[in-house]
Amino acid sequence: MTDATINISTATFKPGTSDAEIEAAAAKAAVNRRRTVLFWRLGILIVFLGSWELAGRMGWIDPFFYAMPSTIAGRLYEWMTEGTSEGPLWYHLFVTMEESVLGFVTGSVAGIIIGVALGRNRMAADIFSIYIKLINSIPRVVLAPIFIMILGLGLASKVALAFVMVFFVVFHNAFQGVREADRAMIANARILGASDWQLTRSVIVPSAMSWIFASLHVSFGFAIIGAIVGEFVGSRYGIGLLINIAKGSFDAAGMYAAIVIVMVVALGAEYLMTLAENRLAKWRPQPLHETQ
Amino acid sequence: MVEKTAPAIELINVSRRFLSPTGKSLTAIRDFTMTVERGEFVAVVGPTGCGKSTTLNLVTGLASPSAGEVRVMGAPVKGIDPRIGFVFQTDALFPWRTVIENVMAGPLFRGKPKAEAQASARDWLARVGLARFEQHYPHQLSGGMRKRVALAQTFINGPEILLMDEPFSALDVQTRVLMHEELLRLWSEAKASVVFVTHDLEEAIALADKVYVLTAGPATVKSVYTIELPRPRVVADIRYDQSFIDYSRTIWADLKEEVETSYARAAA
Ligand SMILES: Nc1ncnc2c1ncn2[C@@H]1O[C@H](COP(=O)(O)OP(=O)(O)OP(=O)(O)O)[C@@H](O)[C@H]1O
Ligand SMILES: [Mg+2]
Repeated sequence: MTDATINISTATFKPGTSDAEIEAAAAKAAVNRRRTVLFWRLGILIVFLGSWELAGRMGWIDPFFYAMPSTIAGRLYEWMTEGTSEGPLWYHLFVTMEESVLGFVTGSVAGIIIGVALGRNRMAADIFSIYIKLINSIPRVVLAPIFIMILGLGLASKVALAFVMVFFVVFHNAFQGVREADRAMIANARILGASDWQLTRSVIVPSAMSWIFASLHVSFGFAIIGAIVGEFVGSRYGIGLLINIAKGSFDAAGMYAAIVIVMVVALGAEYLMTLAENRLAKWRPQPLHETQ
Repeated sequence: MVEKTAPAIELINVSRRFLSPTGKSLTAIRDFTMTVERGEFVAVVGPTGCGKSTTLNLVTGLASPSAGEVRVMGAPVKGIDPRIGFVFQTDALFPWRTVIENVMAGPLFRGKPKAEAQASARDWLARVGLARFEQHYPHQLSGGMRKRVALAQTFINGPEILLMDEPFSALDVQTRVLMHEELLRLWSEAKASVVFVTHDLEEAIALADKVYVLTAGPATVKSVYTIELPRPRVVADIRYDQSFIDYSRTIWADLKEEVETSYARAAA
């Protein structure tokens, strides 16, 4: 996780302080800062879970509806060791991930390609923009039963749903990123000898990349939502199915346990995405708080 | 024979109009005539907004004239001419490429093999004194260093015509003098024809063979001065030369009228 806090160091040093001392002080301040962040993160989590558990045990809230962290943990443990009523947990997780990843990859590739193509072609953009707005205005959830009707209970319908969740976000950002590409930079590339294709590939796309990445961050989460909504509406496997079954049997702990799994997966994906972005964007100036 | 003697750039009675979003037309340059001989260094000065950048764009082929003719090396301009190099007023380096990748861009776009492009980029970086900064990204350089990268990026293509649009206006005075020296050195080696747009009259006189003074917009050529200061010139010292001071005074008297008209119009 990157936090955007701008931490301007206010430390003042006596004249004659050596560089080594200043660097040591800066390193110490950085470690302290990380510790403080970790402390508060954990603290908030513990207080939240603790008061939930307490409220359940004291009967302030009804554990039948709200469950309790201990019963949720118990259910997770049971699923991991003994499997769910519908087969091993890992298989359900695998199915959901497979659907999300396929939807994410196809959706973002299509979003980038079509976004860049329409961003580069004014006429095509003017013609197609109305249709894209129209389709984009459909609530994604109502597409779930349609896709399941057409594509069946299996993988394809969930991938299609994850795809439409991802596509519009990525498309919109890629399109905008292309439109914002610097005019002087484009003129420079053309005078240096770039053909249209070279211009797109080595100037337009890289300069739209930070826009595109911003959309990729949120859209893996959207892909998971698409997959789970699809499974919820109709499927044989997947985390969404587990939620549906837990709902049917009034198993609150089971529902929350499935939600916890989704949260962990989404957090992990977000972390991977940040790593990938940092590798690709090493040309960008460091955020202020990392350079001190 | 005709090819050889044709001037590098000719603008013949050129006009350029823009259509505003409301459909009204605005004339940026009008009846503009200018000739740049091969190997000549021409400076263009004029009030802000008069149409200097527009004129350069017509020569590159990025824009075409509404009337009149633009000829480069004796032939009418059709599209972007590979013999032309352009140094921009604003930063136009590619921030996601390292310094050396920025300099290599031109040769690679033009289909040169990578090894050759790299060798020639190294050579140019050494010439502009940035050999040690090959692997830096533009944001890690100072403004003056970035301008030097931009010069190397343009010169590596071996342009026969070099267009520069207020290239050094964002730099401090000391760096600017260093860049002037560097530019004159590169120019005398490369034997290119240069059009140098600036709002700084002293810069224009110190560098150029000819100074064009433009009128307040729509721009036409008001007068042309031939600067007969001996070369090679030492830009840092030349401003104390008596003939330099005389040129400054004469041309400034001329330019001042246009600047005043331009301000009066903007205020009205
Ligand atoms: N694309 C455009 N559309 C409409 N008007 C334009 C366009 N480009 C330039 N103009 C107008 O043409 C005139 C000349 O502009 P130009 O950029 O050539 O001025 P300039 O002499 O380079 O000014 P400066 O010294 O400030 O850079 C200005 O009045 C400007 O508003
Ligand atoms: Mg200009």
